[in-house]
Order: sequence, then structure tokens, then C-alpha cells
Amino acid sequence: MSSTGLDEVAKALPHAIEERYLDRTGAQWLVIKREHLPEVGKLLKEALDFKLFISIDAVDRLNLPESTPRFEVVYFVYSVSRKEHARLKVRVTEDDPEIPTLRFVWQGANWGERLTWDFYGIRFKGHGDLRRMLLYEEFKGHPLRKDYALRDRQPLTPERPIKDIFRGPGTNGPA
Amino acid sequence: MAADDTYDPTPANEELEAHLQTRNMVVNLGPAHPATHGTVRMKIELDGETIVKSDVEVGFLHRGFQKSCENVTWNQCLPYTDRLNYVSSLGNNFGFLTAVESLMRIEIPDRAKYLRVIGAELHRLADHLTATGALGLELGGFAPFLYAIEGRELIFDRVSELTGARLTTSFGRVGGLNRDAPPGWFEKVIKTLDKVKELRAEMDALLTRNRIFVDRCKGTGIISTEDALDHGFTGPCLRANGVDYDIRKARPYWVYDRLDFEVPVFHNGDNFDRYLIRGVEMEQSDRMIRQAITDMPGGPVILDDWRIVLPPKTEVYSTIEGVMAHFKLVMEGVQVPAGEVYSSTETANGELGWYLVSDGSGRPYKCHVRAPGFHILSALPKMIDGRMLADMVPTFDTINMIGGEVEQ
Repeated sequence: MSSTGLDEVAKALPHAIEERYLDRTGAQWLVIKREHLPEVGKLLKEALDFKLFISIDAVDRLNLPESTPRFEVVYFVYSVSRKEHARLKVRVTEDDPEIPTLRFVWQGANWGERLTWDFYGIRFKGHGDLRRMLLYEEFKGHPLRKDYALRDRQPLTPERPIKDIFRGPGTNGPA
Repeated sequence: MAADDTYDPTPANEELEAHLQTRNMVVNLGPAHPATHGTVRMKIELDGETIVKSDVEVGFLHRGFQKSCENVTWNQCLPYTDRLNYVSSLGNNFGFLTAVESLMRIEIPDRAKYLRVIGAELHRLADHLTATGALGLELGGFAPFLYAIEGRELIFDRVSELTGARLTTSFGRVGGLNRDAPPGWFEKVIKTLDKVKELRAEMDALLTRNRIFVDRCKGTGIISTEDALDHGFTGPCLRANGVDYDIRKARPYWVYDRLDFEVPVFHNGDNFDRYLIRGVEMEQSDRMIRQAITDMPGGPVILDDWRIVLPPKTEVYSTIEGVMAHFKLVMEGVQVPAGEVYSSTETANGELGWYLVSDGSGRPYKCHVRAPGFHILSALPKMIDGRMLADMVPTFDTINMIGGEVEQ
């Protein structure tokens, strides 16, 4: 088999790679140093034709044997012409969970990063619109972290005042 | 007005039009608007009837899918996967099981693979029927919806004969399927396909050349191919943009490499193409099911390995090994070796991906689902901004967003 997209990345940007390995199913993974992530993203998309965005998520490794650094953020993208997925990983610690955003490389990363922020509390630097994706703004904590208890309860939140509906002149003041 | 101080009372031509003093109005669509099948809230800023800016807010149907899965055994995740895309739950069941099986590196029996193809394609038919029927309904045509639902109910009857439930099938187990098709089922499926074909023809006659329908769909909800790829479109919505990506062809799983079928590709990326492509895909699903029924081999539908699969009840009640295996599987679950996998299958809406991490115990350590609808919905503002409000309705229908999978 000819060289895969990740082979090409490892060849072009050796300084960005922290680790390379094959998982149980024989799929190739690259662990990227976080400061080089946008560089790797651009290379994958523009030079290697990984144009189809697939997904982003994170893993909290708190209860795994190998648990430092605590979080792993995983990225999947696909190349239609090469017929292969690229699997990337970035590791971040609990104290400094911040990763440069890929929102401006693949637009699909926008919602994916919001979801990861929502459930794991990992910040994406330069994202600009990092609101919670599925939960509500008043939610406390990040529920997919392993130290968030399964049956944890959230306090009741008061109803939000309606601000975003224009009710005609008079109630909301002049235009 | 003249540059000097003389006052000329004759109005200029552009002053004849009395412009209304307006400002943009923000309208909430949803979370319970009938046109949003699911519970999506859209904040839409309107200038007259034109959408200036829109923002989609999801999460009203969030059920904690991942957290729930992390706290039950692998086989117990199945009922949760039903509720992702509840119109085609067999596709989710089998997709999840395929991911677990690839992590365990086990191969399921041939008959189970054929049955999975039949189940998944039946539900693809049901899903596409619902999507196109609802599209007709929301554009004012009630009759095509009735034909579609009649066909869908026939399919759901076959599914309930196979699995015991119309919607929440929870069918299949790690290692194959929990039961074979009942006697005479395949003949019924063929008959059902014939009936559904007639109903599809009726729908086609009512919609495809209908002036009103075509006018509302053609050229609306357009997205460029570049944006579609960028946002992560897959399935029919991506193929309506001229990108030939179907996992059943690109990385064949089960027995798709042994079946003869085509993947339709359209090129305009508008609502009408997304409607047409579903019609052609239904024809292909019909073809695949007929082939699979003809080619299906006999034999078991599940592995014979008591570490993975529950032993037959006669063994459980009569031998100590049977009791032990049963007890261990029920209490501890299937032991999946430590590791990680990304595996994906083609469901009715597109690539359903699973990123699973196991720590070697009987429960998933991480169960990420890549729902196709989530990524397609994220591009909705791009497809409706600057267009008329009325164009939003068919666009929302043809992307076929399903609340269950988007909001996990």
C-alpha cells in the first residue's frame, strides 16, 4: 500500500509529532503536540486532500492505567480521494486544558469544539464563540468527566428574562 | 436639493417611494414548532420575509447518551442506540455492534451479515420514506405523506416480526443476532417490497413533476460542495453535491461487497436533488434486499463462544458450565479487550461513526457517537441565511435532522 496521509504528515512535520502508533484494528494514529495542531490541520486539508470533516471528541483518562496527561482530544477527518480516515490526538493536562482551535480550518469543528467544551471543559483558543452545545448556560460542571457523578443533580435555575425578542415599540424602549 | 439655498418643493423621483421605517425582527422558531421535527430552536432575524441571520440551538432532547453508555455493559448500550435515529434504529444497533466487534476482532457468521444488511436496508427505506413524505406534507401535499406512512408501516410490521418492536428494536448482540427470522418472513418481505414499490410510484407521481413542489425545492437550500465537505456532510446530502462517498462502497462491511448496487450521485446540492437522491436510494435498497434474500446462506446467526454469547437455555438449566457462562455474561458483560477503535457504517442519513475506548472491563470506557445529522444541522444557517423564510421549511426537511441523534 502506498503511503497514507499520516505518513506524509510525519514526513513533512516531524517536529509536530509526539507519538505514532497503530491501534488494535491496525488503524494509524498520530499524537500531535498541541501548539502545532493548526499547522497539521492545514497540511492535511490543503495539501493532502482531507477535506471531509468527521468528528471531534475527548477522552477523560482519569481511571485508565495511563492517566497523565488527563485529557485526550481526538480528531477524525476523511479524504474522499484517498479513501482513508486520519485519526489525530492531542493530549492536554487538567491544569491547562487549552488547545488551538481548528474552526477556521474545518468549519465543522465549530460545533464539535463547543460539544467538547460543554462535556469536558476543554477550551479552544481562538474559537470566539465557545458556548455550551447541548446543555444550558447555567449548568455547573462538565458531565462527561469521570469525576462527575452519574446521579449528580443540578440546582434549579430561574427563568431567563426574554431579551432576544423584539416586542414592538414601547416595551423595549426606542429602537 | 440644489446646492444653493433656493428651496425647490418638487420632489425627486426617489422621494416618491415611501419607505417603511422598519427594523429587523427576531423570531423564535421552536423548540416545539411543528416544522422542526424534534426540538430545535432557531433564532431567526427577519427583514420582512428574508432571513438575515439565524442561529440554531440544540440540546432540548439531550439524554446523556454517552454517560449512560459508560455505566452499563456493552450489550446494554443497545437500547440507547435505538433512540439515536429512532426512524431507522436497526442501522444504529448494527453500527454499534460492528464497532464493538471490530474492537474485539471477531467475525460474525455469514447468515448474520446478510440479515444485518436486510434489516439496515429495510430501515433505510423506512427512513427515506418518512423524510420524503414529510417533505411533501410540509409543502402542502398531504396525500404523498399518507402513501409514505403506509409504506413505512408495512416495513415496521416486518421489523416488528423480526425484532419484536416497531421502533425501539434493540436487535442483535455482540457476535451476531439474538434470533433468526421467523418462518415465512422472507416471502413477506418480498411481498412488502412489491407493495412499497407501488406506493413509491404513487408518491413519485404526486411530487416529482408537481409544479408547486418543484418550485419550492429547486434552487433552494443550496450549499456549495466545499462548504458541505467542510461541515461534515455525509450520506445522501453529500452525494447530492456530487461527491461520491458511500461507506458501503468505500470500505465495504458485512456483505456489501458481494451485492450488486449503485450509488446515485447528483450535482446541484439543492433541496430537489436531496429529494431525488432519496428516491433512487430506495430503489437500490429494494434491489439489495432482494439479492440478499436470494443469496443468504443457512447456518447459525450468532457465534458459538460462551465468553461472548449467552449459552442456549437447555445448557444453562442442565450444565454447570452453562450456568457459569450465563452468570458471568449477565453480571459482568462481554469482556472487550483494552483498546480503541473508530468504526463507521452508512446509515440512512450518512456516516454513523463510533469511537469506542475499552479499559478491558465489561463496560465501555468511552462511547463517542458521530451522528450524521449533527454535522449537517451545523450548516443550516449557511443554507438559509439571505433566503426567504419559506425556503427554510423544505431545507430543514431534506437535511432530515433527527433530534434523537443530534442531541444524544
